Amino acid sequence: MIDLLKESFRKFENHLNGSGKGHWHQLRKEALSAFSSHGFPKSKDEEYRYTPIGRKLEKAIDFSNIKPIAEHRAQGEKQLFHDADAIHVFINNNAIHIGSLNELDVNGIDILSLNTASKKFKGEVESHFGKYANVRKDSFTALNTAFSYEGIFVKVSKGAVIEKPIILHYGSDDSATTNFFQTRNLILVDPGAHVTIIESYTADYSDVQYSNHVSELVVGENAHVNYYKFQNQGGEDFHIDNSFISQHRDSVVKAYTFTLEGKIVRNNLNISLEEENCEAHMFGLYVVQNDGHVDNHTAVDHKVANCYSNEIYKGILDDNSKGVFNGKIYVRPDAQKTNAFQSNKNILLTDTASANTKPQLEIWADDVSCSHGCTTGQLDEEQLFYLRSRGISQSSAKAMLLHAFVNDVVDKIEIDFLHDFINDEMYNRLD
Amino acid sequence: MNKDNQILEELTSSEYKYGFETLIENDSAPKGINEDIIRFISAKKNEPDWLLDWRLKAYRHWITLKEPKWPNVKYPEIDFQDIIYYSAPKPKKELKSLDEVDPELLETFKKLGISLEEQKRLTGVAVDAVIDSVSVKTTFKETLAELGIIFCSFSEAVHEHPELVKKYLGSVVPMTDNFYAALNSAVFSDGSFCYIPKGVRCPMELSTYFRINAAGTGQFERTLIVADEESYVSYLEGCTAPQRDENQLHAAVVEIYAETKAEVKYSTVQNWYPGDKEGKGGVYNFVTKRGLCKGYKSKISWTQVETGSAVTWKYPSCILKGDHSTGEFYSVAVTNNYQQADTGTKMIHIGKNTNSTIISKGISAGKSQNSYRGLVKVLKRAENARNFSQCDSLLMGDKCGAHTFPYIEIDNSTAKVEHEATTSKIGEDQIFYCNQRGIDTENAVALIVNGYAKEVLNKLPMEFAVEAQKLLALTLEGSVG
Repeated sequence: MIDLLKESFRKFENHLNGSGKGHWHQLRKEALSAFSSHGFPKSKDEEYRYTPIGRKLEKAIDFSNIKPIAEHRAQGEKQLFHDADAIHVFINNNAIHIGSLNELDVNGIDILSLNTASKKFKGEVESHFGKYANVRKDSFTALNTAFSYEGIFVKVSKGAVIEKPIILHYGSDDSATTNFFQTRNLILVDPGAHVTIIESYTADYSDVQYSNHVSELVVGENAHVNYYKFQNQGGEDFHIDNSFISQHRDSVVKAYTFTLEGKIVRNNLNISLEEENCEAHMFGLYVVQNDGHVDNHTAVDHKVANCYSNEIYKGILDDNSKGVFNGKIYVRPDAQKTNAFQSNKNILLTDTASANTKPQLEIWADDVSCSHGCTTGQLDEEQLFYLRSRGISQSSAKAMLLHAFVNDVVDKIEIDFLHDFINDEMYNRLD
Repeated sequence: MNKDNQILEELTSSEYKYGFETLIENDSAPKGINEDIIRFISAKKNEPDWLLDWRLKAYRHWITLKEPKWPNVKYPEIDFQDIIYYSAPKPKKELKSLDEVDPELLETFKKLGISLEEQKRLTGVAVDAVIDSVSVKTTFKETLAELGIIFCSFSEAVHEHPELVKKYLGSVVPMTDNFYAALNSAVFSDGSFCYIPKGVRCPMELSTYFRINAAGTGQFERTLIVADEESYVSYLEGCTAPQRDENQLHAAVVEIYAETKAEVKYSTVQNWYPGDKEGKGGVYNFVTKRGLCKGYKSKISWTQVETGSAVTWKYPSCILKGDHSTGEFYSVAVTNNYQQADTGTKMIHIGKNTNSTIISKGISAGKSQNSYRGLVKVLKRAENARNFSQCDSLLMGDKCGAHTFPYIEIDNSTAKVEHEATTSKIGEDQIFYCNQRGIDTENAVALIVNGYAKEVLNKLPMEFAVEAQKLLALTLEGSVG
């Protein structure tokens, strides 16, 4: 596999022509060597203990043909939310298309393809690219970095308040010649800016698709970012998503992760609180059916004092599905007065569904208040009985309770069209 | 008030107070481990062939294993060839009464406050005192024998009840279980064996006091407790070790086997030498403890107060195989100075309607690191399993760390599993409240910590609870201000 990969890398290098030098390419080489020495995570790897995908991917991905996507027109009419009042960006396994911002009359924001940005915003890209996504720590990040070429670059200017959400639509193009799809995003939010970004993965591919995305997000002083991930792609697809968020003083980030479908979905959400007085919220919901497998790994690194982090993840597991949650709260020695909360709740609907939860606290400072809680179980019999005794059918009583269960998270969605969609979807699914 | 005075008094004595060394002639094996050493140990103890074979098998498996690196502890590499695997006080002759016990040994126990006479006369506790590796004296044996209870040293059990030992040895912790369990299986020197027959309720608390003696020896104890149908036993284990600079390895194995409706309560107060204030020396405590709830409605309960050892690595577990069986784990782990602890439990739900409770209270002070690591696993067929876990950590000082690594794996929809963890420090307002009422800060801390750990301390048998409270205060002494 490694040989094929190196061969692909050589082809890729040739394809780069003049840009095959400089800082970025150095990072690619480093990442390739990191990936070559570790390979995909083994089943013994603690971080991938419950999600042993390495071997499956090794077999499934055509390593001799790893190609980066290029920027040209991508079709987006089929996408969910394509008619929402928002700034639309279409990405598929072959191409990227960014709508014209002038038509939308939006100021204070630049959205470019990453490759274009590496020329136009050379300084920014060089100083931030690869700084947060550690290629030594995670194989998938390394693989992505090694072949990183295209993705979305977003820069929100100082103090700009972008009212319309930006939707990154990840779609499919049946003419694509590879089954392995990687993009690399870099989002820079300057001090005082406000922005909402939605990454929406809703495509249903004709072939099984394997994707591995990395996003780096830098949140400046006093900036507010709402960052949504909505994953509702085909039931046979493998999806690995890595996000690295770096927060500066007084900033507020709300990260939402919704997973409604997928064969194997793995989300790595890493938040690093670099300066004091940051706030990080993480909300997650996974409703999994058939033999789906959803794995959410979150890590919050409290590097400095006086920060707050809050995490709520909820899961409903049906059929033969499997839910994995691993949350880490890391409080460094100097991070006094940290407040960190974490909660993971799972409901198993069948005997063949399973949940593996591992909430972790690693605390190196004393003046902190940290807690986590997790539960796994089924619906409360007494609550069901209460509803049944009032003439509500078993199935609607169940649906009502499940709906109430997910509501904690669904209600946190601040975008109407997304809220309504997920809300309706929940009613449809749970009934 | 009397009790408080005692705590006060002990707070003022600064160094480890159980640090002294008994001078008894040793009959040691040479350093290192190989098949010959194992044959030597086995021959020394007049063991039957099957046990030697068992040891050799374990050894052959052990050499294929690697030392585990996953615990959240750091310590210098252990040279397993630099350890004396067998050392015993010279066998004199069979001892029939206390008078025949080496007076120096008796003196040692007196210093520890567990003089055999006292114990025998006043407390009604049968003590199987183990110094280094050989059981020196077993008391109250006759009383227990009347009820058919077997409580003796492991080597004695091998000779007198080979059928029981053969049947149960390794049935809960197989010799291939893990690195240290395999090592223990190969070289275990002695330990305790306890068998409670059908329908017998053991009238007294059984206890063993372990002490590591003789410089440079590792202690490899093996305890096997078998509770037959509808029996009950409460077993105590207490440890104090003499002060020494060299690191000592302690790799014990405890196996508990509970048949239908049997109940076993296992309590530990562990106070091995933790090393000095600079983190020099101290005991490495790498223990495998596991109980098997084999029968219907059986119950195993672990209670531990961990205050000693430089490095602790220990997960008393329950395998809930029988339907309606119950597993419990109550733990207080205190670390100070440079101590490190990675401890917790495993609850494996296999049978139907099984129930488990985990209460873990960690306290870290000084520059110590304290981790809770636990597993709750509900298998597919384990209908209606119920678990409640609570893991609290208390931090004292800004140089220490508290970590929680719970693993929760649920494969059955009827399971109800809850886990809660909190980490915080002692509130300034609580200290202030005590100060204001004339309690100085150090005592206030002792008071608050005792309250914090009450839930667990209450589970200890009375004699132990008092000792444990004193230990808590003693361990945390000097960690405030």
